[in-house]
Amino acid sequence: MKKVIIEYKMLIPAILFILGAFLIFERGTSTPTTMTVASIQLPAAAQTATTADTTAIHPVAVPAQAAVIAPVSKINSGDTAWVLVSTAMVMLMTVPGLAFFYCGLVRKKNVLSILMQCFTIMCIISLHWVIIGYGLAFGPDLGGKGLIGGVEWAFLEGVGLEPHNFYAITIPHQVFMIFQAMFAVITPALIIGAFAERIKFSSLCVFSLLWATLVYDPLAHWVWSNGGFLGTAGGMGVLDFAGGTVIEINSGMASLAAALIIGKRKGYPDKTSPPHNLPFAVLGAGLLWFGWFGFNAGSALAANSLAANAFVTTHIAGATAAVVWAVMDCIYNKRPTVLGIITGAVAGLVAITPACGFVNLRGAVGVGFGAGVLCYPVVAFLKPRFNYDDSLDVFGVHGIGGIWGVIATGLYATTSVNGSAANGLFYGNPAQFWIQCKAAAITIVFSFVASFILLKVVDAVMGLRVSDHEERIGLDLSEHRETAYTILE
Amino acid sequence: MKYIIAVIQPDRLDDVLQKLEEKEIHLVTVSSVMGRGRQKGIPAIYRSHKEAGSLLKKTKLEIAVNDEYVNPTIEAIIQGAQTGEIGDGKIFVMDMSECIRIRTQETGNLAIG
Repeated sequence: MKKVIIEYKMLIPAILFILGAFLIFERGTSTPTTMTVASIQLPAAAQTATTADTTAIHPVAVPAQAAVIAPVSKINSGDTAWVLVSTAMVMLMTVPGLAFFYCGLVRKKNVLSILMQCFTIMCIISLHWVIIGYGLAFGPDLGGKGLIGGVEWAFLEGVGLEPHNFYAITIPHQVFMIFQAMFAVITPALIIGAFAERIKFSSLCVFSLLWATLVYDPLAHWVWSNGGFLGTAGGMGVLDFAGGTVIEINSGMASLAAALIIGKRKGYPDKTSPPHNLPFAVLGAGLLWFGWFGFNAGSALAANSLAANAFVTTHIAGATAAVVWAVMDCIYNKRPTVLGIITGAVAGLVAITPACGFVNLRGAVGVGFGAGVLCYPVVAFLKPRFNYDDSLDVFGVHGIGGIWGVIATGLYATTSVNGSAANGLFYGNPAQFWIQCKAAAITIVFSFVASFILLKVVDAVMGLRVSDHEERIGLDLSEHRETAYTILE
Repeated sequence: MKYIIAVIQPDRLDDVLQKLEEKEIHLVTVSSVMGRGRQKGIPAIYRSHKEAGSLLKKTKLEIAVNDEYVNPTIEAIIQGAQTGEIGDGKIFVMDMSECIRIRTQETGNLAIG
């Protein structure tokens, strides 16, 4: 009997393989132009081939002619290279950047659970993104209200290697798509800091997928899509260069909702042991900082002076906030702490995210300074006062830092940096400041309410939290049957 | 034969080992332990949350000696570990019924050295 079961189990991968191959083949034959290289450049070639031999309009059929039309392609190799590298850098932010930042801050018995959650979210949200997410966020608007994209781009239907003429005109459309995929990945990964050490793994997976679909994708559509109702393309006109609303405020508010719903860890605040490995947290923070250059400067979607401005402002804001945090630690705790300075750096990087492509260096220092001054009291005083267990301070750092960043963009933005944007309050344009405040408020309310409802639903259906016993022995063993460290050989 | 256990401040370990060496007591087992005595520790601060730290890091030494070495051992540990502050640690001396060297199966006084 047992033998039969084993053989049956061994057949499952084979069945899945045949099924999968069949499905992919089916899609491939029904829409042969979707993802094949053959589809690229035909229209471009047709337009630009006027000076070339007429056979150049069939570059695929006559490969020798492809070289003739290549130099006049709209695709810029420098821009494409920079965005591809940026994409890889943003991926690095989630795993291992965020994963190590977070796992260093939890107890020994929950290290693997954090790493596993980050890694899993990266995989499932990436799949979500190519199947439905990218279309919902950036696809053609459904209903014309700028609220949500349609399903036309599901399975990347029509998202090919030719540039999209609105989002990024000098890089292949798929490069823009995969760059945005990394943003969709890191946002739900940020939230795990709120319910670290007590979330049930299965519920986390379900919640992340639902949250990406129902909260992240619409918000990305509102702010960044062609026709989104908050954005600059036919919308309210909020300036958000790299995700202050969509990523930072959004993950911060969702984290606050999550911390409130899932409840405090056993023994919080005095009986939860200190961070088990601060060097890991420093390693993670360093990788986050490194990746942030791709995150912010890559959001210029070109290797140009705007990217350079974003790169420099990003670095300076992070450095400023880190110093501010260390000084405040000296004032309130008499010692500068390692955890403090890395937390400050992250807060500054969060705050500069929406602003980096609109502000100059003076603005960057202002944004970084504000991030340190505002996030510190929330983490140090407000959280203990209100006694909620946002375990790794996602709300305090990303929520507050994001809100400040979006509002500060309305203060420091200047058209001398980005001519296609607007001035902020300090450059004589209070209207932009008001727009930034409204957009921040809309994001706060939408993200908190939608996340709150989603979490309640998942909690009711499958339960968010592990049992007391499982929490006590740690998620590494109870959820994954593994341990991070061996003590004996 | 006596079995001596000493719990000392971690930063005094090198001094204690040196004093033991001077008195020709070479065999010692050392482990890093957590413990609690009258001493209060230095509270650590994580994002402004003070961890009171009810357990402190200590170093434990275990030494098996023949009777004539008991007093020299105790003297060496005291010389190395004493600072006069609260938290210097303690020494426990116990009777030991048997000692066997695994390699040769020698027992008693022979095995200790």
